[in-house]
Amino acid sequence: MLAFRFLRALTLVHRTTPNSSNAARSRRIQRAAFASMAYSAGPRRAWSRALLCRFHFHRARRRCAGRSRTAGVPRRPSTTGSPADGLRRLVPGGTEMDYCSLLEETADYIRCLSKQVKLMQSIVDSVGPGGR
Amino acid sequence: MSSRRSRISEEEIAELLSKLQSLLPEARRRGTSRASAAKLLKETCSYLKSLHREVDDLSDRLSEMMATMDMDSAQAEIIRSLFRP
Repeated sequence: MLAFRFLRALTLVHRTTPNSSNAARSRRIQRAAFASMAYSAGPRRAWSRALLCRFHFHRARRRCAGRSRTAGVPRRPSTTGSPADGLRRLVPGGTEMDYCSLLEETADYIRCLSKQVKLMQSIVDSVGPGGR
Repeated sequence: MSSRRSRISEEEIAELLSKLQSLLPEARRRGTSRASAAKLLKETCSYLKSLHREVDDLSDRLSEMMATMDMDSAQAEIIRSLFRP
């Protein structure tokens, strides 16, 4: 499911960014990666719900403001605070979770993120220098 | 009653921490075999950051490839490779 969602998103990015800079296209691909992860996980997880909310919120805001940054992508955290605080800033929705939920959600998030990375790597490998 | 509840939570937390530890790659796991929760959380943070960086890098590479490739045949090749054992 994740693979097909992501491939579909990549096709859309390719079709709609023929004249964009690499940086802009890369940001859209990154967004597509996190969106595919979140949609595949669905609303059963707090981290995926947090990502889905972020995407819908930014899409609505973009229609009004006409500008977007790395919307929906987890932001780089600052370096202060305890390790649990650090984790809260890295896991989507982490700041609203109790400690137990944070640990559970982190485990699920890591599993999904690893799958996404493997998927992207296998796409790069199959279409890379060896492919066309 | 409240002490019984906190004992159950401690076991729960220990189990969750060990599940988290099993998700870390081998190299990171080595230093945390009998680690404190704090060390394990720090390792988890840095593993998450490295995963985010990989998504960053792979997005850059996909973007560069997209600029030059023929999407239809690329898609066919990708789908074939995903179904390969």
